[in-house]
Amino acid sequence: MSDVQRDYGIPGTTVFDGWLARKGYALNRMCYSFNSAANRDEFVRDEAAYCTKYGLSPEHRSAIASRNVLQLISAGGNIYYLAKFAGILGLDVQDIGAQQTGMTKDAFKAMLAAAGE
Amino acid sequence: MATVVGAVTSSHVPAIGRAIAKNLQQDPYWKPFFDGYPPAQAWLAQAKPDVAVIFYNDHGLNFFLDKLPTFAVGAAPEYRNADEGWGIPTVQPFTGDPALSWHLIESLVADEFDITMCQEMLVDHAATLPMALLWPGGGKCPVCIVPIAMNHVQHPLPSPKRCFRLGQAVGRALDAWNADARVVVIGTGGLSHQLDGKRAGFINKPFDLMCMDAMVDNPEKLARYSTLDIIREAGAQGTELMAWIAARGALTGRVTRIHSNYHVPISNTATGMMVLQNDAQPIQARAA
Repeated sequence: MSDVQRDYGIPGTTVFDGWLARKGYALNRMCYSFNSAANRDEFVRDEAAYCTKYGLSPEHRSAIASRNVLQLISAGGNIYYLAKFAGILGLDVQDIGAQQTGMTKDAFKAMLAAAGE
Repeated sequence: MATVVGAVTSSHVPAIGRAIAKNLQQDPYWKPFFDGYPPAQAWLAQAKPDVAVIFYNDHGLNFFLDKLPTFAVGAAPEYRNADEGWGIPTVQPFTGDPALSWHLIESLVADEFDITMCQEMLVDHAATLPMALLWPGGGKCPVCIVPIAMNHVQHPLPSPKRCFRLGQAVGRALDAWNADARVVVIGTGGLSHQLDGKRAGFINKPFDLMCMDAMVDNPEKLARYSTLDIIREAGAQGTELMAWIAARGALTGRVTRIHSNYHVPISNTATGMMVLQNDAQPIQARAA
């Protein structure tokens, strides 16, 4: 496996390949645990301890603390597991779409609606 | 011999589960989406399937990156839904059809598809929501199910060609199943959408409409795309088209479009649904 992330040539798009899956394993494993309400509660009670329990790297921890989706993806987060983290924060996919594109949510929703014209 | 009555393909956006829970079917945002389903419900009432074979992708409910099969066939007597972490209500368990599951497993492996076999399997929104749209009301689903999960999380994903061939192998197995049963094939996901990255919100209506036309009489065209082609044209999660391609592959007879609906957007997704009827043909015509 290469030491650098491959470029698949599709702008603004991440291909969650083996390189990212290896890099993001602990982060995704923690987010997968958020299927359980008890685990979500435990994270909310003591976020730092929960990150330690799942062996997150400094980059993972920083990305979790930032609540920044592009940073979480860059740290190896997969969107389907990250969506479970977003659920804890009360964010839906339009919130995280707006955040990643730098738009307001209303502008993001208007862009989606325009794509149906 | 079993009869494959046809296929229904449908989007499975999680927000649909919240809309059903809140009875928003007539809400102006939701109505153009939900209005696509009564014709499918009517067709199912007339086609009377006993069992549904469901091609779908698990989004991190049953499978994690520790052990992630490319294709997994359910062989359970019952399939439960569970908390997925994003607040959609869970649905009643589905009854399995282990006899059909093991027939499919044996037939697929003989056909060189080395699938994973699952006697326990949670099914997520990608399986449950299309069933709730097709058999609404929240009661016990009247058909048994055999879920076939396809890896859509971790690249490399199975290619569109491989998914089409999997569907064809399932179709051959169903045609050869020595049971007096009526089978509907379901394919869930899509159509174009992208949740992650700076291109989040990407939708491609012309590509989606082309795919829906090709589903009827030229599915080989869809099978010729690479995974990266579909990401480019339909967005990072638009590759869920793989389940539509597999479902279409399972129809070995003469295929007629009974109904289709396309609506943008629901959540971040271009939604589509199709009802394709499968009419048996003489063997000679099928070979021609």
